[in-house]
Amino acid sequence: MIAARGLVVTRGGRRVLDGVSLVLESGALTALAGPNGAGKTTLLSALAGLVVPDRGTVSVDGVALASLHRVERARRIAWLEQGARAAWGLTVREIAALGRLPHGDAGAAEVAAALEACGLEALAGRRVDTLSGGEARRAMLARVLATGAEALLLDEPAADLDPAQGFALMRLLRREAERGRTVAVVLHDLSLAARFADRIVLLAEGRIAADGAAATVMTPEHAGRVFGVRIGTDEIPTVLP
Amino acid sequence: MTRTLAVLTAALAALSLLVGQAGFGVVDGTILWELRAPRTLLALAVGAGLGASGAALQGLLRNRLADPGLLGVTGGASLGAVLAYYYGLAAFLPLALPAGGLVGAAVASGAILALASRTGTGASLVLAGIAVSSLAGAAVAVALSFAPNPFALAEITVWLLGSLEDRGWREVALALPAVAAGLALLLGLGRRLDALSLGEATAASLGVDVAATVRRAAAGAALAVGAGAAVAGGVGFVGLIVPNLLRLRAGERPGALLLPSALGGAALVVAADIAVRLVPLQQELRLGVLTALLGAPLLLHLAVAHGGRP
Repeated sequence: MIAARGLVVTRGGRRVLDGVSLVLESGALTALAGPNGAGKTTLLSALAGLVVPDRGTVSVDGVALASLHRVERARRIAWLEQGARAAWGLTVREIAALGRLPHGDAGAAEVAAALEACGLEALAGRRVDTLSGGEARRAMLARVLATGAEALLLDEPAADLDPAQGFALMRLLRREAERGRTVAVVLHDLSLAARFADRIVLLAEGRIAADGAAATVMTPEHAGRVFGVRIGTDEIPTVLP
Repeated sequence: MTRTLAVLTAALAALSLLVGQAGFGVVDGTILWELRAPRTLLALAVGAGLGASGAALQGLLRNRLADPGLLGVTGGASLGAVLAYYYGLAAFLPLALPAGGLVGAAVASGAILALASRTGTGASLVLAGIAVSSLAGAAVAVALSFAPNPFALAEITVWLLGSLEDRGWREVALALPAVAAGLALLLGLGRRLDALSLGEATAASLGVDVAATVRRAAAGAALAVGAGAAVAGGVGFVGLIVPNLLRLRAGERPGALLLPSALGGAALVVAADIAVRLVPLQQELRLGVLTALLGAPLLLHLAVAHGGRP
């Protein structure tokens, strides 16, 4: 469980986060949605302890993030950067094994399990720069899973994946949530959010505009107010065919 | 891979003990002990420092074109040595030259570390290094323009080209501890550099103290390269070439390249130093000239083979 209270983050005189409070429960898959510049990435980074808020606190399982040593924090929270890629031609297994860094062990069992969960066993020895975009993304996800962290925070993991790959990714994250992990995902694809997330947090201009189940968040009113688009009730993408 | 390189380095070091003006083989105990042994040891140290620094900086900056020369430490060492010449210290104090180099390298490293620590990122380290390097280069040029006499000018220029000719145990005592300390700092960076493959933010999320890693890599490279440059002058391209060559065989994980690059760098500099003694010229070909002659085509090959890849 990750709890944030009154987060304020200022960048270049602009309030990127303007008093955000939210609790991410264990066992739930939460989608963070909102237009570009709403503060989704900053919120996720703050929840991961990578951005120190100007005001407000973040705690994980009741412990203040600021009081945790960075290695202990890394054991509890795994974070996937938006558009994450490897600078070198590491193999898929080498990338997944980096998830064990906070534990200081090889974690062969955890790495193998993560590779299997991401369907990468056959590609484990391949260099990541020879893989397709979707496969490389799965390798990055395997690294996140191999940490064995209780909380998974992922920034746009579904960006530029085709629908089948996007669905597979979200199903995988659902499974992790059902195992009791705290999963939060920044999503641009609202249909994926509506289909797979237990809860959607809609951000606009650094504040939470709406928060709840898909049916209560994905309303024409929110679409108009937050995204500036007008849609009819029947067009709201709750479930894709 | 590491074992092969270790054997190769040892074989080249042994060969280096047998080659010299006095002829092939153990001609004379004094020559072996007073000339060839310290020279070989210095070649090993200079090469290992350059190789490991190159691998560490390339890993740190996630760029295969990073070179220890980028740090400006070599420039600082050159400036220190040139100033020692300039003020005539070298004429009556034999250690003034390498000591001046060491002081110059230390001042340059201090400046770079202070500048880079303010933001603690790899990019700021490169910017600081380029600034210090340019400044040192300009200062060397000024010193050269105002050189007190033509002989000093010639000597400075030759020194800047890099050589291990006539280096003895004094130079070994001066450089070896610093190079060893630098190597110790660099070789322990492995897993942190691996994590940095995924970017500084992801490394931080994995519990890596990125700013401390940048400082440690810079300090290690400064010690290893600065001390080497102080005794050997400017020996270029080794730190750039060796990790890139090894990457083709040993894979690209930065942590796995540190020790092989130290060994490969040592082997390359010892080999080059054997070659300069064998080329029949009136004066020895300078070591730095030879490494550049070997390095430039290799670099060109890499650029062509890897196209636009970073």
